[in-house]
Amino acid sequence: MRFKSLAIMAALVLGLATSAFAGEKITIKGSTTVLPIMQKSVEAFMKKHPDVTIEVSGGGSSNGIKALLDGSTDIAMASRQMKDKEVKLASEKGIDAKEIVIAFDAVVPIVNPANPVTDLTADQLKAIYEGKITNWKEVGGNDAPIVVISRDTSSGTYETWEGKIMNKARVFPGALLQASSGAVLQAVAKNPKAIAYDGLGYVNDSVRAVKVNGIAGSAETAKNNTYKVARSLQIYVNGAPAGATKDLLDFILSEEGQKIVEETGFIKM
Amino acid sequence: MLITRRTKDRIIHGTFFAIAASCVLVLFLIMLFLFIEGLPIFKVVSVPDFIFGTAWYPTDDPADFGILPMIAASFSVTLLSSLIAIPLGIMTAIYLAEIATPRMRNIVKPFVEMLQALPSVVIGFFGMVVVAPLMQEWFDIPTGLNMLNASIMLAFMAVPTITSISEDAIFSVPNEMREASLALGATKWQTIANVVLPASLTGISTAVILGMARSIGETMVVLMVAGGAAMIPTSIFNPVRPMPASIAAEMAEAPFQSDHYYALFATGMVLFLFTLMFNVLAAYFAEKKKQVGVASL
Repeated sequence: MRFKSLAIMAALVLGLATSAFAGEKITIKGSTTVLPIMQKSVEAFMKKHPDVTIEVSGGGSSNGIKALLDGSTDIAMASRQMKDKEVKLASEKGIDAKEIVIAFDAVVPIVNPANPVTDLTADQLKAIYEGKITNWKEVGGNDAPIVVISRDTSSGTYETWEGKIMNKARVFPGALLQASSGAVLQAVAKNPKAIAYDGLGYVNDSVRAVKVNGIAGSAETAKNNTYKVARSLQIYVNGAPAGATKDLLDFILSEEGQKIVEETGFIKM
Repeated sequence: MLITRRTKDRIIHGTFFAIAASCVLVLFLIMLFLFIEGLPIFKVVSVPDFIFGTAWYPTDDPADFGILPMIAASFSVTLLSSLIAIPLGIMTAIYLAEIATPRMRNIVKPFVEMLQALPSVVIGFFGMVVVAPLMQEWFDIPTGLNMLNASIMLAFMAVPTITSISEDAIFSVPNEMREASLALGATKWQTIANVVLPASLTGISTAVILGMARSIGETMVVLMVAGGAAMIPTSIFNPVRPMPASIAAEMAEAPFQSDHYYALFATGMVLFLFTLMFNVLAAYFAEKKKQVGVASL
């Protein structure tokens, strides 16, 4: 409810604050992962352009892209690339969806600092999350059962993990679910047998990040695409952006906008 | 300008009726909303598949919406926490009502009631940060976030409910009955076991059922300490995922009016029906076997 209510509140506040100006109106919809970046950017942007009305709401990447194709939003936020099905639908509807990457995000596997395992292959991670590898000694650790911790299935972090590591396989039902990135950290920090994954911005000293295929997740490796569990955060617009939409995009990609990206815990361009 | 006593009476009557009726109306509207938002899922999945399905993958394509593991988790956690909370709660109530000196009673009772005042998120945090690592160590189990931990935390929350309602019931047993029993030569303990407890059984049953209803509906604690694995538990050390935890964890990110969203509301419907059942049961016990005066025994 957090993001949704935040989005509604932001939309209301922005709507009220600018209703007095008869300027351009932009609607933005989509990924809840991108939402914090967008909200802060829009707040800063509105201070400079009080004549522009911007409505921001969440609803998930799929909802955002669907809204762009329906013509009910100007900008769609997405934490994933458009699927083939969506690209095809866009061309059928005569919509020229342009992708603009605004930030990067890396998801890293984490273990308890007491765990000797420092490096896992993507295949090992997949087998662990499928419940096929159940003991740490199978991957070079101590003789102890692996406690698999996952985010709940609707989380964006989970979707990244599923897309990059699971390859259409399902996370087995015995995995522990934690409702937030903070809870994931807490659980791993308190349990030497646990493994989990979390956004790079959340990882701190209470846990240890594990390399994937020998490469540590970082801003560097996420950007040059050598790290496996990285993704770009992007927005989609219909055709080349113009007017206030272009101004907003320029702002997000500017130094000031990219600082907001970093402040919200993501990797700047 | 004259308002007769009769009109005045009518106005007061009307006001109170309107207030009571609006409560009922609000409740009805909430129920209606729950059903409107929950029922569309049954276009996608059949009722038996929803209730007896064991796979919960609401965001996969194709998705699976089976909530049996969640139902099993809710029941097992509630049952286990009742096993812990009922003896504790009732024995505390007996102690407070029958055995404790008034001074002792004035000290112990506020403490028990303070348990109720603890926010559930605090109890959850305690379970997560303190109890879970201890459990891992003592029982040498993979994770301390499991059914037993959640049940103990829920028991903490149910004890005050059970204690205070049971105590009221025990306390309201007429003194003549105790006196009669003692006069016949029964000891204090015999009086409690054979006269006072049977006489207050109705109230105690109500207390127990309301305590269980609290456990089955409690969200924060199970979200934080139950572990959240959507598996049918086979041991008390298994992580489980009761219905409220599932709803709370996923509602934030389920797209509005998607199948996932409907499925979560339908889960809420099932949960609502269970708690309703508990409450009806409690009302039934309280009403049916209500003790009216000394003579009814």
